[in-house]
Amino acid sequence: MKIKELTCINCPLGCALTVTLDGEKVIKVEGNTCPKGKTYGEKEVTNPTRILTSSVEVIGGKLPVVSVKTASDIPKNKIKECAAGLKNITVQAPVKIGDIVLENIGGTGIALIATKNVERR
Amino acid sequence: MQEYELIIVGGGPAGLAAAISARENGIERLLILERDYELGGILNQCIHNGFGLHTFKEELTGPEYAQRFIDQVFEKNIPYKLNTMVLEIEACGDEKMVTAINKEDGLMRLKTKSVILAMGCRERPRGALNIPGYRPAGIYTAGTAQRLVNMEGLMPGREVVILGSGDIGLIMARRMTLEGAKVKVVAELLPYSGGLQRNIVQCLEDFDIPLKLSHTVVEVHGKERVTGVTLAEVDENRRPIPGTEEFYSCDTLLLSCGLIPENELSVKAGIELSNITSGPVVNESLETNIKGIFACGNVLHVHDLVDYVSEEAKKAGQQAAAFLQEKESDKKEKTIIIQPEGGIRYTVPQKIRTESMEENLTVRFRVGKVYENVYVNVYLGDKQIIHKKRKKMAPGEMEQIILKKSDLTQELKFDKIIMKLEEA
Amino acid sequence: MYDVVIIGAGVIGCAVARELSKYRLKTIVLEKGEDVCSGTSKANSAIVHAGFDAEPGTWKAKMNVIGSRKMEALSKELDFPYKRNGSLVLCFEEKDLYKLENLKKKGIENGVEGLEIITGEKIWEMEPNLSKNVKAMLYAPTGAIICPFKLTIALAENANINGVEFAFDTEVKNIQKTTAGYTIETTKEYYETKCIVNAAGVYADIFHNMVSEEKLTIIPRKGEYCLMDKKAGNFVSHTIFQLPTEMGKGVLITPTVHGNLLAGPTAEDIEDREGINTTGEGIAKLSKMAKLSAENIPLNMVITSFAGLRATEKGGDFVLGEVADAPGFFDAAGIQSPGLSSAPAIGEYLADGIAGRLNAQKKENFKPERKDIPCVAEMPKEKLKALIKENPLYGNVICRCETVTEGEIVNAIHRPLGAKSLDGVKRRTRAGMGRCQSGFCAPRVMEILERELQKSPLEITKAGGTSALLTGKIKEDLE
Repeated sequence: MKIKELTCINCPLGCALTVTLDGEKVIKVEGNTCPKGKTYGEKEVTNPTRILTSSVEVIGGKLPVVSVKTASDIPKNKIKECAAGLKNITVQAPVKIGDIVLENIGGTGIALIATKNVERR
Repeated sequence: MQEYELIIVGGGPAGLAAAISARENGIERLLILERDYELGGILNQCIHNGFGLHTFKEELTGPEYAQRFIDQVFEKNIPYKLNTMVLEIEACGDEKMVTAINKEDGLMRLKTKSVILAMGCRERPRGALNIPGYRPAGIYTAGTAQRLVNMEGLMPGREVVILGSGDIGLIMARRMTLEGAKVKVVAELLPYSGGLQRNIVQCLEDFDIPLKLSHTVVEVHGKERVTGVTLAEVDENRRPIPGTEEFYSCDTLLLSCGLIPENELSVKAGIELSNITSGPVVNESLETNIKGIFACGNVLHVHDLVDYVSEEAKKAGQQAAAFLQEKESDKKEKTIIIQPEGGIRYTVPQKIRTESMEENLTVRFRVGKVYENVYVNVYLGDKQIIHKKRKKMAPGEMEQIILKKSDLTQELKFDKIIMKLEEA
Repeated sequence: MYDVVIIGAGVIGCAVARELSKYRLKTIVLEKGEDVCSGTSKANSAIVHAGFDAEPGTWKAKMNVIGSRKMEALSKELDFPYKRNGSLVLCFEEKDLYKLENLKKKGIENGVEGLEIITGEKIWEMEPNLSKNVKAMLYAPTGAIICPFKLTIALAENANINGVEFAFDTEVKNIQKTTAGYTIETTKEYYETKCIVNAAGVYADIFHNMVSEEKLTIIPRKGEYCLMDKKAGNFVSHTIFQLPTEMGKGVLITPTVHGNLLAGPTAEDIEDREGINTTGEGIAKLSKMAKLSAENIPLNMVITSFAGLRATEKGGDFVLGEVADAPGFFDAAGIQSPGLSSAPAIGEYLADGIAGRLNAQKKENFKPERKDIPCVAEMPKEKLKALIKENPLYGNVICRCETVTEGEIVNAIHRPLGAKSLDGVKRRTRAGMGRCQSGFCAPRVMEILERELQKSPLEITKAGGTSALLTGKIKEDLE
C-alpha cells in the first residue's frame, strides 16, 4: 500500500486529497468534496494531465497574438514539449473562438483551439 | 446634453455583468464606458483556464469567459464606448454628471440618474513595497508582464525572480517558463502563499520552481537592466534576518504583491471608502453612501474568483434597476452594521437595511491569516444566528456566509451584527 | 571648431547653454546619458531655497539668492511649474533657539527677504500636522517648489531652438589643451573648441583635473528620498526643514509642485559616482528623521523611493568661473545644494564670463519664450474640449493615474530634444509617475515610442544605454 497526498487542481477550493495505491492501482481517494476530485486523484497518480494554454502569432490581425488552449487535457509530461512545438506556429486572421489552430498537438491526438476572436486588420 | 438612466464605469467582468443584468431588469438608457480598446478588462490577458466553473459549470480561459458576456452585451444592444476615460463623477442631488473623454467624442458631460462603479483594481508597485537597490529596467508587476506576453507576444525577460505569490505571479511563473524563460524562484514575504493552492501545484510544482516562504528581496542589482536580486529570509515581524542573504542572478523581477481597488474617481465623487478593503462602503444593495451610485467587482473589494465578481455585478445591476424603478419612498429604514471581529478582516456589505434586504443575503469576507478548524459565528446581541465550521481558511481566499432576513427582522432592538472566528 | 563645449546636460549645463544661446556663438552640449537631466538634476528635493542657509560671502549664498529671485520670472518665460510655498526651519529644543536666530541673521545678510521667527500656536495654525515638539520655526516666504525635470528640459529646449546643439550618449574621455583652446575626445568623436564649460556634476573634478594643476576632489553624497501619493500632498503646505540635531543634519518634508509629498534626503558620502541605489538602512533612517518633524507623516502612502547624488567639493563651496591655469576652461563644479536654486544665476554668471572672453555679440533674434506640452490633467474642461477637437490624440488617456494622453506623449517625443525612452516620456509628461508607477501605461507608452520613432519593440529602453525593456519575442528561446 502506498499513500499519496495531493492538492486537487480542478477548482479553486484546492481540496487536500489522500490517494491510496496498491502498486499501480488506486484503492481509494479521500478528502475530495466533489466527484471531479475523485477522478483527479485517480488520474494524477496514474496518468496526470493538464490543459495547455498559450498564445500564437496572428498574421494580418487587429491583435498581434491570439490566445489558444488544448481542446482537452494532455499528458502532463508532454506540456513542455507541446509548448515548445508552438514556436513557429502562426494563424491567419480572422480567428474565432473554437477555431482549430493545430489538429494534433505534439502527437497527443488533441487539437489546439483559439480562445479569442481576432478580427482582420 | 445626453441623459442616461445608468452609466457603468468599466467594461471588464464586473461592468459587463452589471450592464446585462440592468438591461434584463428593464433599464433601457444605459451606457458602458471602457478605457481599453476592447471590452473584457483584465480577463483578456488572463489566457489561462480555470474561469467559469461556478457561472457556466465548465472551465474556460479568461478571454472565453469575457466573450460570453460580451456576446450578451452585443445581443442586447447595450451601448458602450471604448478608449474612453472617465475623468470625474459628480453627484448633485438626484442627478449625476459623468465627465469622460475619448478621441471621437472629445470631452463628454453625461447626465445620468445612477452609476455603477466597476473600475477594477491595480497591482501594488515596487515603490509601495520599498524594495531597496537600483531602479533599472526589468522590474515589472506580474500583470504588466502578463499583458506583454499574452497580448503583445513580447518577453519582458529571460531569467526571472518573482516576489510575491499572488495568483498572477504564480500564473506568470508558468507562462514565462512555457515561453522559454527560466523562472528561478518565487519569494513570498509571508509564511503562507497569497495565491490559490491549485496554482502552486500546477504553476510551480509542475515546473520544479521553488517557492520560498518568509523571504523577500532586500536588494535589486543592476544600474541599467536588472542583473540580479538578493533574497533574505524574514523573521516573524517580516524583517530580513542578517546572514540569510542569497544572490540570484536574473534580468527580471516580477512583483505579485497584492491588488488595490482603483477608487480615485470614487474619492473625488465624495464616496466613503473602507480603510480595509480600499473600496467603497456599501449596503445590502451594493449602494455607496451616495444614493444611486453602486459598486461591484474588484473596485469594491478584491475577489479571488471572477465568478463571484459576475455574481456580485449581476446584483449591482438588479439593484440599480430597482433604484431607478422605485417610486421614491422616504420611509426611514433601519440600518444595521456588520462588525467583523476576531480574525475576520472585513465584510462586504458593511451595512444592511433590513427592510430592503433580500431573503438570503450573501456576505463576503476575508480572514487575516490561515485558520484550521474554526467556526464562523454570527451574533445578534447574545444570540448566535450562524455557527458554521470551516476546515481551512486562508487570506488568499474570499469566504461567504448567507444571512437570512427572517433572522435579522425578528430581533429589532439590535443595530449591529457581530461576525467572528471562534474555536467553537 | 566650436566656441563653447558644455560638458553635461544637467540643470547647470542647460542653464549655461540657454544663456549662451543669447549670443552669436557656436555651442554644443555633450551628455553621456541619452537625455537631459539624467544625473544629479533628476533626483533632488525639487525646491528653490530662499538662501538663508549658506555662509555669507560664499558662491552658494550669492548664487542662491540671485537664482531664487530669477526663478519665478523664468518659470513664466519658459513655462515650467513653480510655486512659492514658503519654507520653515523647525527648532525642537529651547537651547537651540539661538541657532534659529543665527540662521535668520545669516539670511538677512545674504539678502533674503521676509524672514520671520514663528512661535506658539501660530506654528500649528500654519502647519497643523507638525510635531508638538516644535519650539519655534524660521519662516522664509520666498522658499519655493519646482519641477527639476521640467526646468532642465525647458532650459535645454529653449537653448536648442536658439541654436545650441546637443550630443547625447556622448561621454567625454579626455581633454587636451591646444593652441586655439581644447580638443575633447569622446566615445563618439573629437571636438575642437575655444572654451569649455565643466558642468559634469559628480564627474566635474575628473575633467577639471585633466587641465589644471589646482586639483579638485568631488565626493558623491547620496541622498535617499521617499515620494508619497498625491493623497498625501496636502499633509504640509510649506517646505519643512529641521535644524541639525544629534541625529544629523536633518531631512525635509515638502509638497511637490505636482501635488505629491516628498521626504528626504539622507546624507551619506560614497565612492561610486553612479551609486544611486536606495538602502534599507537609508529609508529607515529617513522615516525616523521625518517623523521628528511630523509624527503622522503618511509613509504608508509611499509610491516610490529613489536616491540622488550631490556633487560635494572638498572646499564646501561651488567652484565657479575660469580656471586660473586653464584659460577658456570654465568650472561649474561642486554644485550640490542649493544648485537647483542657483542654476539661473550660475548660467548667467558663466555665460557673461565666456561672452566677455570671446568678445561675443548678442543675437537680435533670440527667442526667450518656450511653451510646455499641454497638460490635460490640469486643463479646464472647456479648454480641453477645444484641444481634443483640434487634435483627437488629446482625448486618448494613456496614463490613468496622472491622466496623461496620447497627444501629450506624441508631443513629448517630437518636440526639440524629444523623449526617446520611457523615462524621457515620464519626465516630460508624468506618464508613469503616479501611484501605479507605470504598471498600466508602460506597455502603451512603449507602443507609442515604437510607432513615433519607427523602432522595433526590442529597441525601446527605460533610459537609453543597456536599459532595454524587453528581451525578445515570445517562444524565441524555446528549443
